[in-house]
Amino acid sequence: MQFKSMIISNIEVSPGYFKMRMTAPPAVRSATPGQFIMVRVRDAIDPLLRRPFGIFDLGTFATAYTDCGTQTYFEILYKVVGKGTEMLSTLHQGDHLDILGPLGKGFMPGDPSGEKILVGGGVGMAPLYYLAKEMVKTSKVRLFAGGRNKEDILCITEFERLGVETYVSTDDGTLGASGLVTEVLEKHLSESIDNKTIFACGPFPMLRAIAAIAGRHDIPCQVSLEAYMACGVGACLGCVMKGRNHSNETPDYRCVCKDGPVFDYRDLQWD
Amino acid sequence: MGKPDLSVEVAGIKLRNPVMTASGTFGYGKEFADYLDLEKIGAIITKGLSIRPKAGNPTPRIVETPGGMLNAIGLQNVGIDAFIQEKLPFLRTVNTPVIVNLYGNTLEEYGELAEKLDKLPEVAGLEVNISCPNVKQGGIVFGTDPNAAYEVVSLVRESTIKPLIVKLSPNVTNVVEMANACVDAGADALSLINTLTGMAIDLQKRRPILANMTGGLSGPAIKPVALRMVWQVAQAVKVPVIGIGGIMTATDALEFMLAGATAVQVGTANFLDPSAAQTIAEGMETYLEENGIADVKELIGALIT
Ligand SMILES: Cc1cc2nc3c(=O)[nH]c(=O)nc-3n(C[C@H](O)[C@H](O)[C@H](O)COP(=O)(O)OP(=O)(O)OC[C@H]3O[C@@H](n4cnc5c(N)ncnc54)[C@H](O)[C@@H]3O)c2cc1C
Ligand SMILES: Cc1cc2nc3c(=O)[nH]c(=O)nc-3n(C[C@H](O)[C@H](O)[C@H](O)COP(=O)(O)O)c2cc1C
Ligand code: FES
Repeated sequence: MQFKSMIISNIEVSPGYFKMRMTAPPAVRSATPGQFIMVRVRDAIDPLLRRPFGIFDLGTFATAYTDCGTQTYFEILYKVVGKGTEMLSTLHQGDHLDILGPLGKGFMPGDPSGEKILVGGGVGMAPLYYLAKEMVKTSKVRLFAGGRNKEDILCITEFERLGVETYVSTDDGTLGASGLVTEVLEKHLSESIDNKTIFACGPFPMLRAIAAIAGRHDIPCQVSLEAYMACGVGACLGCVMKGRNHSNETPDYRCVCKDGPVFDYRDLQWD
Repeated sequence: MGKPDLSVEVAGIKLRNPVMTASGTFGYGKEFADYLDLEKIGAIITKGLSIRPKAGNPTPRIVETPGGMLNAIGLQNVGIDAFIQEKLPFLRTVNTPVIVNLYGNTLEEYGELAEKLDKLPEVAGLEVNISCPNVKQGGIVFGTDPNAAYEVVSLVRESTIKPLIVKLSPNVTNVVEMANACVDAGADALSLINTLTGMAIDLQKRRPILANMTGGLSGPAIKPVALRMVWQVAQAVKVPVIGIGGIMTATDALEFMLAGATAVQVGTANFLDPSAAQTIAEGMETYLEENGIADVKELIGALIT
């Protein structure tokens, strides 16, 4: 659906990272973790295209006017990398944004008795919070968070407040273990893989490494991908990834926007 | 005054209003069904079809540029057979003309496609793409040489009795010459423009951003070029001209009609706003009402020079 949202808050949570809370129509309540929205940053031709962001959190709040009852809000967690995100970071409470969503296919929660292993790299943590919030209701959840330095490690206390066991690593060792998040993950899995499922979001090389780990240990794994998007609804074919059976003669492209952004790692080609 | 008349006729296809969706920017229609009323637009033009499914180019395939975007999709599509089986059943339920955009790698493929489409009653007309800049063979060759264009359009003309629209490339020095060749070969209408070949570079990496190196520029940035070409061609040919290029608002669409277009196609605007085509059609109606114009056809080619 397409709707207008009012910004409730837009705050810097770590240098260069912002969390924006917006009002949402009630229909957005049915969004599943891993789905995303497309934001029209400005009502002008620059920037031209919408920008995609994962849903970080979703909830309701009681409005000041009792006769209005509760209102649905949602949040995005974003990193300032260029023109569009820079503009977003300057917006204030009361400003309005034009939004499409919720879009795409989110994470499949699977068997609640199993253990959920969440792996986030940098701003890839964004869609995992809403996922964790849903999963802790029924399952044991662990989070492996990685980044280049401590500034890239976002919202850990919020995960901990949910009761998630967290493992942090940074490339430069400024927070948690020193090294790649995939090394910490591999070490953890080498102790036991019993009934575990991986849910990962982050830069492509990290996801590729995780897909390889999942393959080696033969554990289920879902990854949330990023791609350049124009339409967000499966029309432009700009956002495709190679599917498992892809070859030039048998095209098997999957749209990240429509068939994803969450995929079973076995459905993709990782070359 | 009653409601103004927005209907137009292009190549024998009756449109309730002059706003169509441009090929490749509206999928196969269904993708947008949640965002606008498909029965409030003039026609749906589908993604360019080929005989066999086509993989398209490696990624990244799109990049934003000032006032526009570059794409190098490479005409990825499901192929004619899957189109008929998987996409057409939905389109059949929509009471709006469906025009199928097609392209071949060889002359024969153009003919074969036209023959297959000719048999489908749900297809209101064909739009022949001789102008895609993103495929190595075919496409652009036919679109830049008037003799080759004449040959391919003649063949398609022999293969179908359906209304035949030919889509022209702006990547030529003399667009009128191309237009004349296509009309001589039997085109019932011309649509223009397709994308302009462009490039974007990442300074940090010292690499082209698109995997294909170059791509097709679309969006507001190309509107002045498109307007000029529509104006030149509309004066030179007797068949209807369909204006395409950077149409974002009703104002843009009306300017194209003044320049001589009988109808318009909305492309990149669908990505920014999936309801754009309907909004533009409604905006045109409002303009006519506010200015006391009874019939949108009064505006076609009414540019004062
Ligand atoms: C499904 C999906 C969900 C996403 N969720 C989030 C999220 O929750 N939080 C968040 O911060 N970001 C998220 N992103 C990435 C975000 O969309 C881009 O960072 C944003 O569009 C950049 O816009 P810009 O105008 O600031 O950058 P631009 O000025 O357009 O580009 C600056 C640089 O950003 C990078 N970039 C641009 N677009 C993308 C893209 N689509 N994917 C990856 N890198 C890009 C490029 O390397 C470019 O050089 C998501 C992307 C997708 C596809
Ligand atoms: C992503 C994308 C895919 C396109 N695919 C096709 C296509 O398959 N066939 C075709 O004839 N034109 C194709 N086009 C060109 C458009 O139909 C249109 O001519 C062009 O985008 C200019 O219009 P605009 O500025 O309104 O987008 C494509 C354009 C874009 C942006
Ligand atoms: S963004 Fe257009 S198809 Fe995915």
